[in-house]
Amino acid sequence: MSPARLRSIRRTTVTLLVAAALYEAVARSGMFPAVLLPTLPKVATALASSLADGTMLHHAGATLYRVMLGFTLAIVTGIPLGILMARFRPIENFFLPLASALMPIPSLAWVPVFILWFGLGNAVSILVVFYAATFPILLNTWSGVRSVNPLWLRAAGAMGANEQALFWKVIIPGASPFIITGLRQGFLRAWIAVVGAEALAASDWGLGWVIFDAKEFLNADLMLASLVVIGAIGFVFERLVFGSLERTTVLRWGMVQAAKG
Amino acid sequence: MPQIEVRDVSLVYDTPSGRVTGVERASFSLEASEFLCLVGPSGCGKSTLLNIIAGFLTPTAGEILIGGKPVTGQGMDRGVVFQDFAQLFPWRTALGNVAFGLEMKGVSRAEREAIALKQLALVKLEKFARSYPHHLSGGMQQRVAIARALAYNPAVLLMDEPFAALDALTRDDMQRLLAEVWRETRKTVVYVTHNVAEAVFLADRVIVMTPHPGTVKTEVPVRLARPRDPLSVEFLDYQKRLLRELGQHAAAA
Repeated sequence: MSPARLRSIRRTTVTLLVAAALYEAVARSGMFPAVLLPTLPKVATALASSLADGTMLHHAGATLYRVMLGFTLAIVTGIPLGILMARFRPIENFFLPLASALMPIPSLAWVPVFILWFGLGNAVSILVVFYAATFPILLNTWSGVRSVNPLWLRAAGAMGANEQALFWKVIIPGASPFIITGLRQGFLRAWIAVVGAEALAASDWGLGWVIFDAKEFLNADLMLASLVVIGAIGFVFERLVFGSLERTTVLRWGMVQAAKG
Repeated sequence: MPQIEVRDVSLVYDTPSGRVTGVERASFSLEASEFLCLVGPSGCGKSTLLNIIAGFLTPTAGEILIGGKPVTGQGMDRGVVFQDFAQLFPWRTALGNVAFGLEMKGVSRAEREAIALKQLALVKLEKFARSYPHHLSGGMQQRVAIARALAYNPAVLLMDEPFAALDALTRDDMQRLLAEVWRETRKTVVYVTHNVAEAVFLADRVIVMTPHPGTVKTEVPVRLARPRDPLSVEFLDYQKRLLRELGQHAAAA
């Protein structure tokens, strides 16, 4: 591991330890009832036992399944539509007002509507994820394609590229810094939305559902343990999945620069 | 039969402040393997004319014939090199950039990489085949762009001030390298520049253009043995003559 990577891990660890120590101090101060604000060892125990008996993994698996399905749908809709909007004026004229009108509606506001239409279950969460993730992907792709250097298109055209080659070999890689940003924002919003959607619409499984279910039994330690898992999975995606996607593409190509120091 | 014929080409375009004539009735021709420079101040239409020959712009009057066939758009009989370093694809290595045209032609991977490596060797960059453009200097990026434009073996090379954004020393090196590449490949070259010394160093013939509207003023054949010595009296005489034609007497004096 490079020294820079080790330094970054050390900095992250320090941040997390300081935050944990502050929480622990408040939890032990007696300012709040212990049942509402459990100490970290208690949360850790709840996390460990829910991981050991497999329930937490099952919940996480259910949530990831919904996110992945909805996110994939958002990608296969958002990227092609974003490209078409940037390339063809009538498509832009039609979809841009639609996107502008739908985007400000919080994805969670759709949950009751979707429950009415589709009943409780996976469909609601998947649709909410799709809704939350599509717009950042769509709009970033649209901006990305519009910012593709016209010189690349000219050069490719002079070298005999047809429309299909232009699309796959120039426009998509040329817009990739924006597309990756869109995926990142889309996943983040999807991950936030899925927990809320599950709380309202899921039954029996899912990280959002656990929190709401545990509330009924005053299981604050299990609630916090679920939050830790939600945060950890989000962190893994943000840093490892999207971080390495960026390092192997746009950073390597010099299309975006790494921050100094 | 000339390799390239420019016949009475005009380009008029509408701008918010009215109609502007970019090029007015330009006519000239090039023999195969000839190196032609278009020289003139900014606004004389030299880049516009090059873009018309490349097929990026359609003239409002007149026509261009390449190998006897009228130009109707972009085509693989022409390779184009631009001034901007950003013309390379940042997501492809030097080799990947040079191989792009062959890929479009459907040449197999092994074959196109072999050809691309040869082209990179021609511009002395074979060691940097696997480097991405952002790791290369401006001069190296322009050399990759030249190799890329030559790789699919077009008969004509069109160059739009390719070295104008380089520092003076690098530019001298690039000019010598280009003269060598041209001697080896014998392409027909149309080279746009505003630099008179560059034109005298490279060209068989120089076409002088004047602005408002962009017109061909005169042609000056450069009858100097190659490789040319930029410090020789004859070289300086040609420079003075071109500057005179451009109307920059004071600069020539």
